[in-house]
Amino acid sequence: MVRKKCGSIICLIGFLAIFSWAATVQGRSEAYKDNIYPVGKLKPRDSELKVKVGDRAPDFTLPAVGGGEISLSQYNGKKNVVISFVPAAWTPVCSDQWPGYNIAKDFFDQNNAILFGITVDNIPTLYAWTNQMCMGGGKLWFPVLSDFYPHGAVADRYGVLRSDGVSERAIFIIDKDGIIRYIDVHDINKRPHLEDLVRELEKLPK
Amino acid sequence: MTKGVKKTLICFVALAIFLLVANHGGLAFNETPDVGKSLPPFELPFPYETEAKSYLGLSGTGQFTIPQIKARVVIVQIFSMYCPVCQKEASRVNELYQAIEKRKDLKDKIKIIGIGTGNTDFEVGFYRDKYKVPFPLFSDEDESIYEILGELRTPYFIGVKINSDGSDEVFYSRLGQFRDTSGFLNRIIELSGL
Repeated sequence: MVRKKCGSIICLIGFLAIFSWAATVQGRSEAYKDNIYPVGKLKPRDSELKVKVGDRAPDFTLPAVGGGEISLSQYNGKKNVVISFVPAAWTPVCSDQWPGYNIAKDFFDQNNAILFGITVDNIPTLYAWTNQMCMGGGKLWFPVLSDFYPHGAVADRYGVLRSDGVSERAIFIIDKDGIIRYIDVHDINKRPHLEDLVRELEKLPK
Repeated sequence: MTKGVKKTLICFVALAIFLLVANHGGLAFNETPDVGKSLPPFELPFPYETEAKSYLGLSGTGQFTIPQIKARVVIVQIFSMYCPVCQKEASRVNELYQAIEKRKDLKDKIKIIGIGTGNTDFEVGFYRDKYKVPFPLFSDEDESIYEILGELRTPYFIGVKINSDGSDEVFYSRLGQFRDTSGFLNRIIELSGL
């Protein structure tokens, strides 16, 4: 009887401790209030690239949050393309990445580049999440694409789909001829530095 | 109860107690900037710009601490270039700076600095240029200050009073936008006793 009681108390303490620890791991911006799901520290990388610098970028067509579909090939010969895969909506690091790109449009414009934000989430989830990024006013300047169905197919074609079904935090830069010029499969727990992206953008033909 | 189960339970309890105590400050890995206490100590690099040095009343090179700033009150803004609330709040913090600088009775007494948590020098510089921030901003790329201050979310404002003996005391410590510039400034004046 006493043992049983002790066991229950132990379990309760454990539950409270782990719950309270998890509750403190949040997105850093106040924009998301307490809506960021704590994921803890993840294996930095959990996939194998299927493309390399110099390859022709695999084409894809995905639905966009703003409506309609967008294909990579529609920018062939017109614009350089930056693809920012982030693992999942409503998670800590991802929620603090695209808002930075949202104020950095000039860097993309100066280098004749467009940015695609891609996750494996569905459109309604991405709609709510990106609205929260803009704090209910305005929209992100770049298209946000859903790689939800068939699940993670584009991430998989590039070799950045993790074993748990989310993508890596990865950046691909594709020149206007459709050739991959830069790949950064980043530690999923960390945000890539803006200057690294800007430096690579500046190397592109305009 | 078998020995194996007992061992597992003991480990589980030890981990649980560790997490509970650590999380609630008992081990005090990181102290949050609590009102009435000193600001957890950290160092910042002397700014390169003469204007920023002069604004803070600093001379020299190397590192400095907040109480070395020549002022009675320092408002520390914890921000991030990637934080949408900080982006939205930037013009209002600039207004606060202008409001202080315009008042002869306040301009030498209140100074503002910003610390870009998890931001590189480039990212902080970009934020400064983008929003034309007139007060000194510092980067906290390795997040050492973020950890010292108790992993604060952004934007976060800390009001620090610098006493004549060189000690300091936090009189304001709050997460989120302040929304009303003159209301915020009045509150800073009132709470700091200026």
